[in-house]
Amino acid sequence: MSHGAAISATHPMEGMKVYNLKLGMWVFLLSEVMFFSSLIGAYIILRFAHPEQWAEPNVVLNVPLTGFNTFMLICSSVTMVKAFAAIEHGDQAGLRKWLIATIILGSAFVSIQVFEYIKLAHEGFVPVAARYAAEGGPLYGSTFYTMTGFHGAHVTIGVLALIFTTIKAFRGKYSATDYGGVEIMGLYWHFVDLVWIILFTIVYLI
Amino acid sequence: MSTVPIEIGHPSVQHWAEPGHADHRSFLRKYIFSTDHKVIGCQFLIMSLTFLLIGGLLAMLIRWQLGWPGTAVPGGAILGDAKAPGGIILPEFYNSLVTMHGTIMIFFAIMPLLVGVFGNWLIPLHVGAADMAFPRLNMASFWTALPAGVIMLSSFFVTGGSAAAGWTAYAPLSASPELSGVYMGQKLWCLSLIVLGFSSLMGAVNYITTIVNMRAPGMKWMRLPLPIWALFITAILVLLAIPVLTGALILLLFDQTIGTTFFLPKDGGQPLMWQHLFWYFGHPEVYILILPAMGIASEVISNGSRKPIFGYKFMVYAIVAIAFLGWIVWGHHMFQSGMNPLLGGAFMTSTMIIAVPSAIKVFNWLGTIYRGDIHFHVPMLNALAFVAMFVIGGLSGVFMASTPVDIYIHDTYFIVAHIHYVLFGGSLFAIFAGIYFWYPKFFGRMLNPTLGKIHFALTFVFYNAVFFPMHNLGLDGMMRRIYDPNQYEYLAQYQPMNTFISVSALLLGASQLIFLFNFLWSLRGGKKAPANPWNSNSLEWTLPSPPPHGNFPTMPTVYRGPYEYSVPGREADYWPQSEPPGEPERKAAHREEVHA
Amino acid sequence: MDWGWLMSEPASTFGSKIDSIYYVILVITGVIFVLVEGALIVFLLKYRHREGRRAEYSHGHTKLEAVWTIIPFILVMAIAWMSMDVWLEAKIADGHAPADALPLRVTAKQFEWNVTYPGPDEKLDTPDDFVKRNQLHLPVGRAVRVDLASEDVIHSFFLPVFRVKQDAVPGMVIPVWFEATKAGEYPLGCAELCGLGHYRMRGSVTVHEAAAFDSWVAEEGSAPAAETPAPADTTGGGAEAAEAAAAPGHDHQQPSSEGEGRA
Repeated sequence: MSHGAAISATHPMEGMKVYNLKLGMWVFLLSEVMFFSSLIGAYIILRFAHPEQWAEPNVVLNVPLTGFNTFMLICSSVTMVKAFAAIEHGDQAGLRKWLIATIILGSAFVSIQVFEYIKLAHEGFVPVAARYAAEGGPLYGSTFYTMTGFHGAHVTIGVLALIFTTIKAFRGKYSATDYGGVEIMGLYWHFVDLVWIILFTIVYLI
Repeated sequence: MSTVPIEIGHPSVQHWAEPGHADHRSFLRKYIFSTDHKVIGCQFLIMSLTFLLIGGLLAMLIRWQLGWPGTAVPGGAILGDAKAPGGIILPEFYNSLVTMHGTIMIFFAIMPLLVGVFGNWLIPLHVGAADMAFPRLNMASFWTALPAGVIMLSSFFVTGGSAAAGWTAYAPLSASPELSGVYMGQKLWCLSLIVLGFSSLMGAVNYITTIVNMRAPGMKWMRLPLPIWALFITAILVLLAIPVLTGALILLLFDQTIGTTFFLPKDGGQPLMWQHLFWYFGHPEVYILILPAMGIASEVISNGSRKPIFGYKFMVYAIVAIAFLGWIVWGHHMFQSGMNPLLGGAFMTSTMIIAVPSAIKVFNWLGTIYRGDIHFHVPMLNALAFVAMFVIGGLSGVFMASTPVDIYIHDTYFIVAHIHYVLFGGSLFAIFAGIYFWYPKFFGRMLNPTLGKIHFALTFVFYNAVFFPMHNLGLDGMMRRIYDPNQYEYLAQYQPMNTFISVSALLLGASQLIFLFNFLWSLRGGKKAPANPWNSNSLEWTLPSPPPHGNFPTMPTVYRGPYEYSVPGREADYWPQSEPPGEPERKAAHREEVHA
Repeated sequence: MDWGWLMSEPASTFGSKIDSIYYVILVITGVIFVLVEGALIVFLLKYRHREGRRAEYSHGHTKLEAVWTIIPFILVMAIAWMSMDVWLEAKIADGHAPADALPLRVTAKQFEWNVTYPGPDEKLDTPDDFVKRNQLHLPVGRAVRVDLASEDVIHSFFLPVFRVKQDAVPGMVIPVWFEATKAGEYPLGCAELCGLGHYRMRGSVTVHEAAAFDSWVAEEGSAPAAETPAPADTTGGGAEAAEAAAAPGHDHQQPSSEGEGRA
């Protein structure tokens, strides 16, 4: 928190010593926690009420493939940390390199998820109750697509934001003294990653 | 954490406007797509007052049907044959009216009035900042709320009419068009509230960041004006509660559109899950709708009594306690829902406890006026009415919190009376107090006090004539949301009471025209407002009315709390927060330091 | 016409207990109401602005705060404690209802109440069951257990005179019990918005003297099938009913899902 002292020196406010963008992102992520909690809560209620509608792990859903996908997303968090570390030290080339790596990993995650969706839909695993034809029951399908779908949307938005951040990085908008944009991008990205680890556990593994 | 000792990304928002510097923004930037919190507050005010008017007109239609069942509404033929053939309201349209009245009033009138208007107007000025932390996000918040409102209103014009499953939208009625007869309307309802959720979220992020980070030097937490404390806690509730509603609305929308069965029992969906999700949001929402009102009332009552607020710290603790307990009482809306009765017992206990901080607040308001020097200006009258009516709303809540008594009065007119004592008698009177109090600051003109007093007196009388007898109707067993109580023999005898309520309601509605006239006429015809018409202490009153873009010419420094009225030894009975201490005070402070 | 705050005379056993809690709360809140609003009015008159008046400079009083935190806390806890007993009696009793209660099944649907009577054998799902639409007949002085279900949306089973209200939720069977204490005709209504016919979803309750109830059951139980509502496939006796009863687990009233009990 060493920069906090500097802020209070140059900006004599009674603030929390965390700059606005970062505080705003933290606050926003709290509301995201509540959003995913509502979906996860609904999932838990439905699954407890109708355990018979869920198939054993790895029967309908492809756990190895998604496990690999999860690994990639975790790697993308690492590359994001690398990007942040680079710009902290003013390493512009490093920032660009690691941001691009994060974009590639994030896009690969979304692509594999789309591929998985298409394959599952062909096997009758769909969110629509009336057309559900896979093992288990329709609640399995509808909760699966809702939860992974909203997460996937968050990853997609994250990739778009990363592209935007990368363009700014190529234009040299960040520096060792001005990297707030990269830091909040990282916060969002790690959050999305964390949510996936929870979703992967309860949707695929349990 | 970072090791770079520089204000990376720190908002250089604090461009202190240079005095006398001309404002060169274009009309569009200044009034339409403005990022100025004061203008955005005014935009929210115009939007939500419009919705208040629309919601009020829907209430007039409801009361017409209940007062004179089955007779034609004067001029009602324009509603069309699908809603009211020949002006006679159809049962399906009545359900729409009830639903949309509740939805519009809660989400598009009271909530934006309290959070959108007063949040925007007051937060930067009260903490001593030039604007919100994220001005463009703030602008986006308004320009998301407005389309949400338009979507909601558009649902009146689609085939099948607007949503008709109540503002609580209990599934499976709300999830199954074939059972409700409402197709597009319910979907638009969900969509509108999802969009509105984004607007609220942007507002909440802004409010929290601004209050935490942008307080002027000396503006310690315990020197914040109480409306800011209330809005801060409200923003946290909005931040955490709205996403739960959004999640639930998305599931409900999926049930209606893509054919999932989250809430439809046919394939194992859980109707009660909707109620749990809805009220998990819904009870914090109740406090979202009352906490800012309490903050406004505290400000105005302290000012009107010329006396420091009684027990400032306890007022803050009470707000925090209410907000905390508000998360564990949602089940009291569901005592008769089929939820496990043992859970009902637990929720009864937590609900009873939440009455305590509310009681503390009421007693502290009484303590504030006790031995005061009470000036009955129009804001004060409305704030006092808030206290008097909130007491009734709070006490009637105890009846419903008692689970066995709730068995009888649940879903009757008793609850209708209760919610209106809290939301109209409570929130709306505080909103009127706030508008009369701060209108001069933001529009530069005083509202006419004589018209204000007439408006207040008529509203107070007719309001009570409308809602007080509803307690009795509820105790007599009249269910809420019924189109024609005369269907029931035991309710038919209460038709005179219903007619009395309806006459009062029409008069209550007509009385609001005085306010509307006063509001519009005073924009140009009102007396020019001085900088500090109420001799008040908080920072905004040191600025001209209206304050310039960028607010403060230089960063203000805060020396004391906002309620230093009638300080002994001072000639004036108020002491602005940013007035530097005079010589005697400085010596006293120095002595204290030496002793410490 | 009743503009007052008195409740109508209850006609069930726990009705009067509920009413007595209501009256206790009415007295407590009534006293607080008078004290608070009275103090408000007195203060407003006494401390109104006059020439030369100056407000007292005071920031509060911690002991007073403690007093008016603790007193309301004790009052509301007392109310909660009183309420808990009656609540548990009304909603749970000895495992949802007294053991000797007369079993009935009420199935709500837009916009009617279908009541299945157990017939003379007092057992549901037997051939002598019969169904009446919007007519609830009960014996006086005997507990009745209603298994409440819904076929479509949420309704609320409201018997104002008995102080009974319980939502009927599709996918669940919710037990409700009460004991009528007075013979007579009473209203039955729907208290949860359930669609465009919500306002007319009403029925009648007839409480018979015990002997009269038995003869009513005997008479209805042997009445021709045409008496019963069309959608019902269990009729008052006859081959069809026997068939229905023979199929185990078959019950036209049961909702499709297995949500027995409570969520």
